[in-house]
Amino acid sequence: MIELLLFAIPASLLILGALIVVFAKNPVHNAMGLVLTLTSLAILYITLNATFVAMVQMLVYAGAVMTLFLFVIMMIGVDKPEQTKEQIKGQKLLISGTLILLVSIVVFISLQNGLNWNLLFPQSEISLEGTPAILASALFTSWVFPFEVISILLIVATTAAIALAYEFKQSSDND
Amino acid sequence: MIEVTSDWYLTLSAILFSIGFLGMMVRKNALIMFMCIELMLNAVNLTFITASKHLGSVDGQIAVFFVLVVAAAEVVVGLAIIVSIFKKQESASVDMLSSSKG
Repeated sequence: MIELLLFAIPASLLILGALIVVFAKNPVHNAMGLVLTLTSLAILYITLNATFVAMVQMLVYAGAVMTLFLFVIMMIGVDKPEQTKEQIKGQKLLISGTLILLVSIVVFISLQNGLNWNLLFPQSEISLEGTPAILASALFTSWVFPFEVISILLIVATTAAIALAYEFKQSSDND
Repeated sequence: MIEVTSDWYLTLSAILFSIGFLGMMVRKNALIMFMCIELMLNAVNLTFITASKHLGSVDGQIAVFFVLVVAAAEVVVGLAIIVSIFKKQESASVDMLSSSKG
């Protein structure tokens, strides 16, 4: 029973947050909806035994990334009301067609045999705890090369962001 | 007694991805579109974690770790682009971005 509640409550909050992200008019509300989504996802990760990833999710996503989003929202200001006029002909028709297809595939697969995806592998007997020690022992042995590449990627991204957002006033005056 | 299985999590992840896709298609504010990309990335992360639990392997969680870092880098660069676009045209709507074609 507790297991069911631990799934159902975060799952409904997750969908609520996602709908707020899509349909709220004020960008700050959208950002708060995203925070709700990410937090309930972290709870779901804990129920899936991935405790360390849940903590990183809270720190990186709900902390750092959302702060960045809110900074940009404040910088840009709450925008003028969005144009809802369609620019491409038949855009709305295409969107609704694709969506109906996607949703019907999801519903069809889920409800077939009562929410059974016929997964290829049976549920494993090992119950894995995603503690920092276990993750680190995998990350720094078999995944050490991707880990190093990721650090280069982060430096490149930071440099790119500075180059994009910084105004080079003096050089444009000289040229 | 209903048991919560991996299938439930996979269904939830598919729903989350569909909502993110809907937002990506419907909204025109570049910032909101970015948030919808985050939703889709998180849906995939949930799939990875579910697979990690289901298979009893730690590799899914490592993959989520990398997706998280790539998403953070992507947000940093994307928001910088949005800010520099906003400086030029005073709006974050993607409809007026036709000026950026080559």
